[in-house]
Amino acid sequence: MSEQILFKVTVDGITIEVPAGTTILQAARQIGGQVAPPAMCYYSKLKGSGGKCRTCLVEVSKGSEKDPRPMPKLVASCRTTVMDGMEVKNITSEKVVDARAGVVEFLLLNHPLDCPICDQAGECHLQDLSFDHGKSKTRFEFQKRTFKKHDLGKNIQLHMTRCILCYRCVFTADQLTNKRVHGILDRGDHAEIATHIEKSLDNEFIGNVIDVCPVGALTDKTFRFKNRVWFLKPMDAHRDCPTCSGRVTLWNRGDEVYRVTARKDEWGEIEDTPDGQPGWICNTCRFDKKDASDWVIEGPRAISRASVISQGHYAGNVGTTKPTETFLAVNGGRAPHLLMDIHDESEVNKPNIHLGQIHGPSHGDTFENKIEKA
Amino acid sequence: MGVKLLLDKANVPGIRTYEVYRREGGYRAVEKALKEMTTDAIVEEVKKSGLRGRGGAGFPTGMKWSFIAKPEGVPRHLVCNADESEPGTFKDRYLMEFLPHLLIEGLIISSFALGSNDTYIYIRGEYAWIPDILEEAINEAKAAGWLGKNILGTGFDCNIHVQRGGGAYICGEETALIESLEGKRGNPRIKPPFPAIQGLWMRPTVVNNVETLAAIVPIINMGGDEYAKIGVGKSTGTKLISACGNINNPGVYEIDMTITVEEFIYSDEYCGGIKDGKKLKACIPGGSSVPILPANLLLTTAKGEPRYMNYESLSDGGFATGSMLGSGGFIVLDEDQCIVKNTYTLARFYRHESCGQCSPCREGTGWMEKILQKIETGKGEMSDIDLLWDIQRKIEGNTICPLGDAASWPVAAAIRHFRDEFEWHVKNPELSQTSNFGLQHYADPIHVPA
Repeated sequence: MSEQILFKVTVDGITIEVPAGTTILQAARQIGGQVAPPAMCYYSKLKGSGGKCRTCLVEVSKGSEKDPRPMPKLVASCRTTVMDGMEVKNITSEKVVDARAGVVEFLLLNHPLDCPICDQAGECHLQDLSFDHGKSKTRFEFQKRTFKKHDLGKNIQLHMTRCILCYRCVFTADQLTNKRVHGILDRGDHAEIATHIEKSLDNEFIGNVIDVCPVGALTDKTFRFKNRVWFLKPMDAHRDCPTCSGRVTLWNRGDEVYRVTARKDEWGEIEDTPDGQPGWICNTCRFDKKDASDWVIEGPRAISRASVISQGHYAGNVGTTKPTETFLAVNGGRAPHLLMDIHDESEVNKPNIHLGQIHGPSHGDTFENKIEKA
Repeated sequence: MGVKLLLDKANVPGIRTYEVYRREGGYRAVEKALKEMTTDAIVEEVKKSGLRGRGGAGFPTGMKWSFIAKPEGVPRHLVCNADESEPGTFKDRYLMEFLPHLLIEGLIISSFALGSNDTYIYIRGEYAWIPDILEEAINEAKAAGWLGKNILGTGFDCNIHVQRGGGAYICGEETALIESLEGKRGNPRIKPPFPAIQGLWMRPTVVNNVETLAAIVPIINMGGDEYAKIGVGKSTGTKLISACGNINNPGVYEIDMTITVEEFIYSDEYCGGIKDGKKLKACIPGGSSVPILPANLLLTTAKGEPRYMNYESLSDGGFATGSMLGSGGFIVLDEDQCIVKNTYTLARFYRHESCGQCSPCREGTGWMEKILQKIETGKGEMSDIDLLWDIQRKIEGNTICPLGDAASWPVAAAIRHFRDEFEWHVKNPELSQTSNFGLQHYADPIHVPA
């Protein structure tokens, strides 16, 4: 193999070298943190995905070393490959921040916001996205579009009202199964994911559509309303499965296995198995093996401390040690996005310390102590 | 009387049949192109002619042709975009219905120039009777030896296939058209790669409008330089304008792009003035998606110069005070028309036709429609007007294909130029249901800063 050509690309002032053919989004993910644009429809393991949700729009302020002209419009970073010397602005561009706020608003227009009764809550990409970029109020004052719930086979339920039409499940069925029986019907804001006349999805790998769904549109019927994800303890486990890799995450409470999912990385995507293949899991592993004795448990799964699932319980990886880092450190240098900053609200609520500097989960004592000290 | 290159024979009885078309000098351009010219020479001639795409965007055709990739052993395709669905545009229908052989002739030359052995005409589903006319013309041309194998002994094979669409506006976007032609759902593709590199069945493809391809015939007959002498500046040749709305003579007119907008509206040769002696209020000069202009800005530019019917003059002043020639769908509105209702109708159209692939267009078009309906039915608030402005701003430029822009421009322009009419609707919810805002100051001479 000849030597790989490396391109220099600068995202938000941070320069990195990536192989030619890498997309802007993948390059930004290598830098990590807030530099990586959010992605609702792009899924690196699914060929052809991306470009649809427009949350990953970035500004290219310099095309390349050879042709330094900026690109006239914002581009979808998930589908635009880097050029040598390219300069990209993500959160440092006002245009991007403005457009992204717009996209989030559009995505939430017809979304029911029924998080309190949604099984995806806590691991929902749309929740994260609206937390980071959304507003606390809506300007939409009309009736939202709704659909009836549909059962797609005995294990998967489709709640179309929540769908953001990312097409990930369509690509999954195309690429993992030999025959796709669901797709997009109709167009525009009344488009829907559907099987043509109530067919069931019964391929052995179709359960993966639940894992790729960024919202709660496709949910696991064996887990529906059983528990909240942040009450469960994720454990890495494996079993000798004849059809798939058998490498999964078990979601336990006590010894009881509540649900089984594939292992997901920090971007919410399926992790690769050691041999470099995407770790899709089969329906048997996902829906039928709900007994701890079916599995060899490897240990607790590392969950990002920023996630609500960790609930402060998973410092390091194991145990329930009280965390010592500040929220800023845990959250990659990112201050908490507060809907209402208590510093500005009244004289009473004026701790002389920024919330981001408070060590660990804060409670009343934290504030009192700090104020007294100050 | 202006120059006519496309419609000069339109009134000859029986021109639809091969015999009459041939007798009137048809297929001479094919003979000239295939026997006397190389493919590069044809592309060069089209470049010299300065012909710009007649579908709406106005991209130079010769340049588009020169972009097509020519990898060894991979077939190339020419696709004729006859999915003319822009509200107010019906020039291609006229051309295909009355002069089918002109299109076929243009297609043969263009296929030869681009090396396309299988050329497709993608026609919108609503034009139900036209595919039959085209297919009959194709069969006649084939019987006379202009299509099929080894045309005129040059060794060039060409077949033209007519494909009916399902009636979706979005399939007029070139990559959505290609998807639809492949038998898939008509969703626009994410570019790059552009069709010139990977188009139909991942082969290099050129997609051109019907009128563009028909214009190839006079270019070959008279030569690119001669063609470029007609018109003005970068608007060369002739353009078909489909005029409709509140005018005395709606119809398809061929203009040579040197006449003023005023002449086009009021001359008896063209629109023949506003119907029932009323006054001109506004006009959408290039198909529903281009910005609407009030009468004063339509007839004169912001600099106070008369506006001409060509690409540059109509877009003079950018979107702040100008518009676009677009596809040539000239929609005239008289003093009795309500701009809010008109904008609502357009927003409803775009909401219905959005493919739903990318979120700003899918959700934004529906939202704009609902707000416009609210204002139109007398339930609007002042903040709704600013909200509309903000929504269109967040759709424009952030979508995969130009449908998002097409949906936001009419709303933006209506608010930009007719904001007081929107405000009148909000302030007079009851009155606005029974009467119209009227002409007001929209035809007053514009103040030109010295």
